Amino acid sequence: MSGGARVIALHGGLIALLFVLQFVLPAYHHGNLARIMVLASYAVGYNILFGYTGLLSLGHALFFAAGMYGMGLGIQHLGLTPAPALVLGLVAGAVVSGGLALLALRTTGVAFMIVTLMFAQVGYLTILYFGEYTRGDEGFVIQQAQRVLWGIDLSDPGNRYFAALILFGSCLMLSLWLVRAPFGKVLVAIRENEERVRMLGYDIFAHKLAAMVISGTIAAAAGASYGLLFGYAGASFASVQYSIFPLLWVLLGGAGTVLGPFIGTLFMFYLIDLSSGVTTAYMLIAGVALVLLTLFAPQGLMGELRRRVWRGLP
Amino acid sequence: MPGNPYARMDLGPYILLASLEGAITAAVLALTAVGLSLVFGVMRVVNIAHGEFFMLGAVIAWWIAHSFGGHPALGFGVALIAAPLVVGALAVAADMTILKRLNYDPERTIVATIGVLYIIQQMTLMGYGPDARPVEAPFNTRLAIPWFEHGADGWAMIWPWGLGTTSYKLAVIGAAVVLLCGVWLLMSRTRFGLVMRATQADRDMAQAFGIPVERVYALVFGLGAALAALAGVLIVPIQQAHYLMGADPLLLSFIVVIIGGLGSLPGTVLAAVLIGLSDGIISVFFSPTLAKILATLLVGLVLVFRPQGLFGARSE
Repeated sequence: MSGGARVIALHGGLIALLFVLQFVLPAYHHGNLARIMVLASYAVGYNILFGYTGLLSLGHALFFAAGMYGMGLGIQHLGLTPAPALVLGLVAGAVVSGGLALLALRTTGVAFMIVTLMFAQVGYLTILYFGEYTRGDEGFVIQQAQRVLWGIDLSDPGNRYFAALILFGSCLMLSLWLVRAPFGKVLVAIRENEERVRMLGYDIFAHKLAAMVISGTIAAAAGASYGLLFGYAGASFASVQYSIFPLLWVLLGGAGTVLGPFIGTLFMFYLIDLSSGVTTAYMLIAGVALVLLTLFAPQGLMGELRRRVWRGLP
Repeated sequence: MPGNPYARMDLGPYILLASLEGAITAAVLALTAVGLSLVFGVMRVVNIAHGEFFMLGAVIAWWIAHSFGGHPALGFGVALIAAPLVVGALAVAADMTILKRLNYDPERTIVATIGVLYIIQQMTLMGYGPDARPVEAPFNTRLAIPWFEHGADGWAMIWPWGLGTTSYKLAVIGAAVVLLCGVWLLMSRTRFGLVMRATQADRDMAQAFGIPVERVYALVFGLGAALAALAGVLIVPIQQAHYLMGADPLLLSFIVVIIGGLGSLPGTVLAAVLIGLSDGIISVFFSPTLAKILATLLVGLVLVFRPQGLFGARSE
């Protein structure tokens, strides 16, 4: 099999597997996997900026929350139906990520990390400040009647799983197409050696800006879908913790690999799920994982696979 | 003014009280932020776990004060010495096992210290529990403050209800001033300070001249953490010990270090005083959340448009 066909087979195979799994999984894992697919879409978005462009953002919760609140507030206060509300969430994510990119891309390295962290914190505090509309920490529930998209009730587990699969499948394919397209190659080149790419005549800023907006919009799509599928929007999704999570998932699965975000989310979700049955201090797992990954496996699981088995893995 | 306990007081005495509280914030903040600034200045790494060292200081102080019976001053005195030493040793260990192996790569260090943050915080949750617990101050005499008011028969001295402070709060401010002078003396007058400054100026050249750079880094990381822990011990009689208490000092220290100019100690202290005092006074007029939003926004914008800080000199 040629490289291209193998790539299609692998990624198409995963989506087919996820499609089949919904008929065999018990209810608990069925629900979990729907959640994991939405969160993995978030990680896929994060990976485009971090894994492929080499920009480490500590503020992606801002984009996730922009999508979630763009959608949620649209339904709650503007009386929108789910479809335009989702679009509103996406637009909110694109605008917020574009705006932050214009500011944050003036900095590099550590300053970029801190700037994104600070602006995400501003977003979180703003949600708390306008508690009258957002209900702050407590959040608000999106009623079942408000979650019917084109006559399909998204609160039904079967429909929800399918919607999550469509979201994840599109994000995965978009990401795969993007990194194999010339645009994605330029992003990787920027990650590897920015000065050389500049010397070759590429517009670095425009490429980074586009990467950040694409990444932020995918994160917003995940946030909006999360709110719609699980019927809840709350300020905790805008907190620092939700900026750290995609970093952790992508690091674990393998930064700069298309499948890495999903693998990382799947493993970490179940690790935290299992440990939260034992102790309330379940974030300990996340901390230990972060330290161990940076120390011993900065390439992550799929990165190791690429290094040892399949060098052409996208 | 919602939630203002002194709403019945006139504005003048109220602002005086707010600046006194602000001075305590500033004192504790200056210690914490100088620790962060020292680590950033010498090692060029950002320590996200810094707030957790502050929290550990407070929690260890509670634990020591709780284990020692007798006069509260006894336990507190022991905590004042022991907590910074324990936390400093922990930080040295973290430096040698984690940061050194990452070769102090700035980005990977940030990710690793985020991990350390969760490890310390969650271990504290497991060992100490989710409650906020008080520590009794070693001395706590209430001091009323007079206020001068122009009445019907000229100036008169009055004692407004609620306007006052405690001897302990004043001692915290004094202790911070003494400690900061100590840090300054250490940096400018001792051999270790010279070695630190040499390492900060040029790591490779320092190494070439036989300075054990790795040991200096470990000590600086420990010293920074010890300063944060000391600030935690000092604040715990005023503010209870809780496993999540590290978040605010971390954020404020970032604000202070960035506004004061990354790695500049005098700038850091100046910014701490400014932020601490204005934090007290701004919260008279705005809600604390709005004050935090404005401060965080300011820091983000300063980093984007004036990365050398408001008081720092342009280095290149």
